[in-house]
Amino acid sequence: MSVNHAQQSDAEATNADERVREVSILNRLLSRPELGSVSGAVLVFLFFIIVAGDSGMFSPDGVLNWSMVSAQLGIIAIGACVLMIAGEFDLSIGSMIGFAGMMIAIPTMYWDWPVWTSIIFAFALALSIGFTIGTIVVRTGLPSFIVSLAFLFILRGLTIALAIMFTNRTIVGGVRGAAEGDLLAAAFGGEIGGWLFQWLADVGWLQSFPDGTPIITGIPMIIIWWFLLATIASWVLLRTKYGNWIFATGGDAKAAKNVGVPTNKVKIGAFMFTAFCATVLAACQVLEFGSAAADRGLLKEFEAIIAVVIGGALLTGGYGSVIGACFGALIFGVVQMGIYFSGIDSDWFRVFLGGMLLLAVMFNNAIRRRVTGAAQ
Amino acid sequence: MSDKILELKKVSRYFGSVIALEDIDMEVNAGEVHCLLGDNGAGKSTLIKTLAGVHKPSKGEYFYEGERVEFSSPRDALDRGIATVYQDLALVPLMSITRNFFMGREITRGWGPFKQFDQDRADQIALDGLAEMGIKVRDPQQVVGTMSGGERQCLAIARAIHFGARVLILDEPTAALGVKQTSNVLRVVAQARAKGLAVILITHNVHHAYPVADRFTLLNRGRSMGTFLKSEVTREQVLEMMAGGEEMEKLEAELAEFTRSDEATA
Ligand SMILES: Nc1ncnc2c1ncn2[C@@H]1O[C@H](COP(=O)(O)OP(=O)(O)OP(=O)(O)O)[C@@H](O)[C@H]1O
Ligand SMILES: [Mg+2]
Repeated sequence: MSVNHAQQSDAEATNADERVREVSILNRLLSRPELGSVSGAVLVFLFFIIVAGDSGMFSPDGVLNWSMVSAQLGIIAIGACVLMIAGEFDLSIGSMIGFAGMMIAIPTMYWDWPVWTSIIFAFALALSIGFTIGTIVVRTGLPSFIVSLAFLFILRGLTIALAIMFTNRTIVGGVRGAAEGDLLAAAFGGEIGGWLFQWLADVGWLQSFPDGTPIITGIPMIIIWWFLLATIASWVLLRTKYGNWIFATGGDAKAAKNVGVPTNKVKIGAFMFTAFCATVLAACQVLEFGSAAADRGLLKEFEAIIAVVIGGALLTGGYGSVIGACFGALIFGVVQMGIYFSGIDSDWFRVFLGGMLLLAVMFNNAIRRRVTGAAQ
Repeated sequence: MSDKILELKKVSRYFGSVIALEDIDMEVNAGEVHCLLGDNGAGKSTLIKTLAGVHKPSKGEYFYEGERVEFSSPRDALDRGIATVYQDLALVPLMSITRNFFMGREITRGWGPFKQFDQDRADQIALDGLAEMGIKVRDPQQVVGTMSGGERQCLAIARAIHFGARVLILDEPTAALGVKQTSNVLRVVAQARAKGLAVILITHNVHHAYPVADRFTLLNRGRSMGTFLKSEVTREQVLEMMAGGEEMEKLEAELAEFTRSDEATA
């Protein structure tokens, strides 16, 4: 019955002013989830400027090159990040990329659907699969690791089986021709800002080919999508009530539910968003390359998770940053292309990735302790 | 004082083979403090979680404002103005004070798709709510994981008071609190009653329960032993009803024995 003795440190807190210590800006920065990936990106840039500064890596087309590699990973990392903050994983992201791409190519090439209908069809399918995965996870209470692992195989198998069934091959090409003049297709496979680059080339600020076309003809839509999704996802997470629900669900689902957060809907929504992001990438790839391949996106789920973790998210949920994940993806793109440009054996890329992941996880763990005041 | 707001009729709750509650009948009126008493594991928390929409009754009926209800989640109960301080507080340690305060009930500003969480107003409300509990927070962005146990408890209580429009449920709200904060909580409970709210209070401390309570319901091993008006029972009887009663007397006797033998050896 001794109810009254516990934890009295707060008893005199009424007069708190003398108990506030000025926290340095550095300290505040240190407790931001993005810190690791932003400083990592700076280091990586410095490294390759020194090692490969004159190799063309930082020429306009070199920049475009690693930006696109980063954007490809960045788009799915955004989905994986939101999902991880909500406390779940999706290992089927990579398979979803292959599947959604095929679901755009097959109707277009073999059923004569207009490209925009195929794109909407693929999005609808992907969202319903995301819904299914999410529903299974919240209804059964099984770890999403296992459920989405099952979908990794189901979707990859479906992609190959359907491709063989309808087309008798595993690479379906010719989409680019069919996409000619299609507005929705242009929103994924097109470029914008062509006039700007033409003008830059005309005044001589940008290199051009002998026939006068600039070496960069525009910013690919995939990069636009990356920025768009990052901005929206970040705004939702940090500024809206849905963001609060996502953090709360991942932080402590039971507590969140008890105070009225619809945690099941939040989780299902996060799975659907992840599937959406994978489909955006799939659409960009199919319309950019003009083909869908059944093996596309292989192992991408792991790269996405690595980018998210480098970006400061906790594997246990409830903490992370979309901006951080984007910097994680940027590190990826820069290192991958930097290794190529500087002529380092590309096998070292994997070694680097694994090392980065390990470092990031240890770093995040320390940050978490700092954020929660080393308690628990 | 028969403005009945909540009523349970023959409510049972099972967890697999465990009978947590069996045939509970209970009424709670608006403008009263209703105290739930019982030993550890008696089923108090299960009972209030049933009221709060966390658990659905396995059997029996739940009436709210005269209407039969089946809450499918705590959100439904909150929408009806039933706010709860859970025994485990239901706070997320990685989130800030303000975000915890408004978790699930966020206030927004702006329009349509551009609706935002109203951070400034939320900060102010959270700070004011905590100040009323006697907790002065340095920074509303402070992460809850870094607060002391008592501060967290006050945060959970302040939150429930802010959102509980009709019914306030408090599961051992004073367990970790200092003397001043405890009296603040009891004062707030009395204020809520004066405003016409129904308050359901669980505590193991008779000195907290007796002064503010109007009625007592006693639970024992999942069953209700009845409801008593304060005028019908003395403080000592309440103490006894809290199942610890007899043991306490024994303990006091034993302690007195220790003191005597200490004095003898000294
Ligand atoms: N989710 C659950 N699954 C299984 N058994 C449960 C569950 N919740 C409660 N119980 C059981 O129901 C009984 C009543 O638990 P409850 O938490 O309601 O007790 P209490 O009266 O609040 O005790 P205390 O004073 O210790 O808080 C306990 O025996 C407990 O083990
Ligand atoms: Mg309890």
